[in-house]
Amino acid sequence: MSALRTSGPARIGQYLALLAYLVFLALPFLWLVSTAFKPAPELASLHPTWIPRDPTLDNFRQAFAEQPLLRAAANSLVAAVAAALIAVAVATPLAYVTARHRGRLAGAATGWVVISQAFPFVLVIIPLFLILKNLHLVNSVAGLVLVYVVWSLPFALWMLMGYVRAVPAELEEAAAVDGAGRLRTLVSVTAPLLAPGIVATALFAFVTAWNEFFFALVLLKTPEKQTLPVVLTHFLGAEGVADLGPLAAAAFLATLPSLVVFAVLQRRITGGMLAGAVKS
Amino acid sequence: MTATKRRPDGTRAPRTTPAKRPRGPDFGAWFLVLPALLPILVLSVGPLLYGIALAFTDAQSGRTGATRWVGTLNFQDLLHDTLFWDSFRIGAVWAVGVTVPQFLLALGLALLLNQPLRLRWLARALAIVPWAMPEVVVGIMWRLVYNPDAGILNETIRTLGLGEGRDWLSGLATALPAVVVVGIWAGMPQTTVALLAGLQNTPRELHEAAALDGAGAWRRFRTVTWPALRPVALAITALNLIWNFNSFALVYVLTSGGPGGRTRLPMLFAYEEAFRYGQFGYAAAMGCVMIAAVSVLIALSLVRRLKGDQDR
Repeated sequence: MSALRTSGPARIGQYLALLAYLVFLALPFLWLVSTAFKPAPELASLHPTWIPRDPTLDNFRQAFAEQPLLRAAANSLVAAVAAALIAVAVATPLAYVTARHRGRLAGAATGWVVISQAFPFVLVIIPLFLILKNLHLVNSVAGLVLVYVVWSLPFALWMLMGYVRAVPAELEEAAAVDGAGRLRTLVSVTAPLLAPGIVATALFAFVTAWNEFFFALVLLKTPEKQTLPVVLTHFLGAEGVADLGPLAAAAFLATLPSLVVFAVLQRRITGGMLAGAVKS
Repeated sequence: MTATKRRPDGTRAPRTTPAKRPRGPDFGAWFLVLPALLPILVLSVGPLLYGIALAFTDAQSGRTGATRWVGTLNFQDLLHDTLFWDSFRIGAVWAVGVTVPQFLLALGLALLLNQPLRLRWLARALAIVPWAMPEVVVGIMWRLVYNPDAGILNETIRTLGLGEGRDWLSGLATALPAVVVVGIWAGMPQTTVALLAGLQNTPRELHEAAALDGAGAWRRFRTVTWPALRPVALAITALNLIWNFNSFALVYVLTSGGPGGRTRLPMLFAYEEAFRYGQFGYAAAMGCVMIAAVSVLIALSLVRRLKGDQDR
């Protein structure tokens, strides 16, 4: 440890560098918040300030009046929750099998995870649009959920495989020796150990679906069906002449659920959520 | 095969080799795999093949007549479509222009966050904020920053006496660099987290030994950290290149591809072709060209990786 002690000036330099990073990463977001609470005259002023001189909630009121934000939020919530639950429900068994039985199946599954990352969405969305149209699922949240499930599967699978590998196979073998059947082993030995990982994966899938824009833009045509990110773009209007205050207010609100989830997941993410997958 | 485990008298049959898994087709495993495999096949693998097939047809939206095979006509047209190749070039510039600085900045941040600094927990938490934000919100946020009148960037420039500022997103020269900065910002956390995970796997003892031998910081980085980090760095860079090349929402919100097509990434181009002009077949052909470009990239990175493994 002592050999690695950093000298005083170097340490100060490190703090300064870290500060510069945090300024770069945080300031745009603080500007969004600041704009959201600024009254119209201040927004029109040629010398905008960081802290609103006369903070107001008018922008939020106006945002709700201008666009159906509540319905959009409800649509987003339904789509994201359904997608997350279904994705985890179908991905967990697959992740279990691929992580435990190394073989052709595991190879194919990880191969698909990699390949699916490379899809240009446009090549997939045209056929999906035609398929969903035939099923009368275009312009419906149900159709969007189907797309989100498949779209969030690769990452969910990848995360879950890491979590399954972290559960020692010896525990399951011990249960089998004690006479527990396969299902019994899964339910009373593996599942409880896997539960935190499953929750984290579901939360991650939720944020992914909540934030998604491209598929929602293509598949949802009428305003009453659209999700929050799509409705947010309506604030921009034609030629980008936007009403900045309500735009910022709505954008700020739309971010809150994702921020809350990330706050919950924070230690897991920076503490090496990817470490297990990276090691192999 | 596990169904015959119960004897007629209801007692459990003793398992002869409990630790050994049965060989051959395992129906239990298939039962577990099927719920995920079906949607993957129907909604992912199927559409991909369907999409590739569409590229060889004259499919259009809202057409009454039957769709016909047209062979490679779409690709021949694409070959002479200078607008598409302009867009393809912009996409390449964007992908490299975002990925390389993103990697260098993220590496610096990951190295800092791996140091025993005070408030490191806070820095780690703040560093992932951009990851949590919807891309549409990121775009909106940066439009507020870049706004010519009410934006903080021009205000800062004015305060510092560096001129009057400009309309960053509408200027022909500044639009692409401006969106590239946003792209770098938006993808920093994923790259940082991946590199941080890689750093935490580097052997600390080796670091200390090198330091005792008098190796400086740069030397330690090159001989101890980098070899351990290289596989992660290569993987995340390849993924970033692919993700950035296929990126859509950010630029759609920031500029919609303008001004004059200066920021029209291939995805925006194909999206407009498909869903504004209804040219499904032609847009699918564009998708095929993009996937081909990405495949070449993957192949190259895999080759480099294999070579790297041999070197060691």
